[in-house]
Amino acid sequence: MIAVVQFGGSNCDRDAVRALSDLGFEAERVWHEDPLPEETTGIVLPGGFSYGDYLRGGAMAARSPIMKSVREAAEDGVPVLGVCNGAQIGCESGLTPGAFTTNASARFQCEHVYLRVENADTRWTAAYEEGEVIELPIAHGEGRFELDAERYEELEADDRILFRYCDAEGNVTDEANPNGSLGNVAGVLGDSESVAVLMPHPERASLPQLGNTDGRGVLAGFEG
Amino acid sequence: MTTYTATVTVRLKRGVLDPEAETTKRALERLGFELDALRFTERYEVDLDAADADEAEARADEMAERLLANPTIHDYEVAVAEA
Repeated sequence: MIAVVQFGGSNCDRDAVRALSDLGFEAERVWHEDPLPEETTGIVLPGGFSYGDYLRGGAMAARSPIMKSVREAAEDGVPVLGVCNGAQIGCESGLTPGAFTTNASARFQCEHVYLRVENADTRWTAAYEEGEVIELPIAHGEGRFELDAERYEELEADDRILFRYCDAEGNVTDEANPNGSLGNVAGVLGDSESVAVLMPHPERASLPQLGNTDGRGVLAGFEG
Repeated sequence: MTTYTATVTVRLKRGVLDPEAETTKRALERLGFELDALRFTERYEVDLDAADADEAEARADEMAERLLANPTIHDYEVAVAEA
């Protein structure tokens, strides 16, 4: 069962459950004050505005008690996917490297973006080809990926960058970078391949009725 | 025990873009002010009881390290004074 952790202020939890269910997964929401069910085989940290984005996006949720269980589950190899606010929570909690901070535009960016698959050799990207361009929606005010130069080089060397913002042809350019992210980074792996975060919303692009199913491959990562 | 006020100042590391500060700078310029740069900091004032100033500072330092600042993008400093 995939646990979609619902914090106060999460608002993509239902979408995640619906998209995962459509893919054939058993998924349900778990309130952050409740314990993680024992039968948890995967965890989604969904998008939204947990704790009203107080202090920094994801800062409060990252220190909430359930995150201790999430961290322990991740250490046991349970796959964890953080989306948007969930990505901020992942970075704030140390599950994944870097930080997602205020967009360079200083505006909330709500649009469709193109992403180039940088590493197709992970559970989260196995459905794609390396270099493939997919289209996903973004909706965030704090999505600019930041990391010091040294650790960024390590991240690249370790092939832990999953997606970069690009144009429709797959060119990674400043113009195609919606938020000023370092290296156009949109999604990264944690210390282990089973943990990943990304700012774009795969769950909003997973149902055929919505006209775009490019995100299904990311969610399919829970199959391992 | 003495009551101290620990002032924690959190700022972006040098070189990290600050879009809010840039926007504020432009707004000041629109109002006719001349300025070279503007930096934005967050300041937290924490009242706490501690045996001495060193203990108060150490506790406030840990608060900054674990929550108030994000070490990936922030520097911070702690100053302690008797409340």
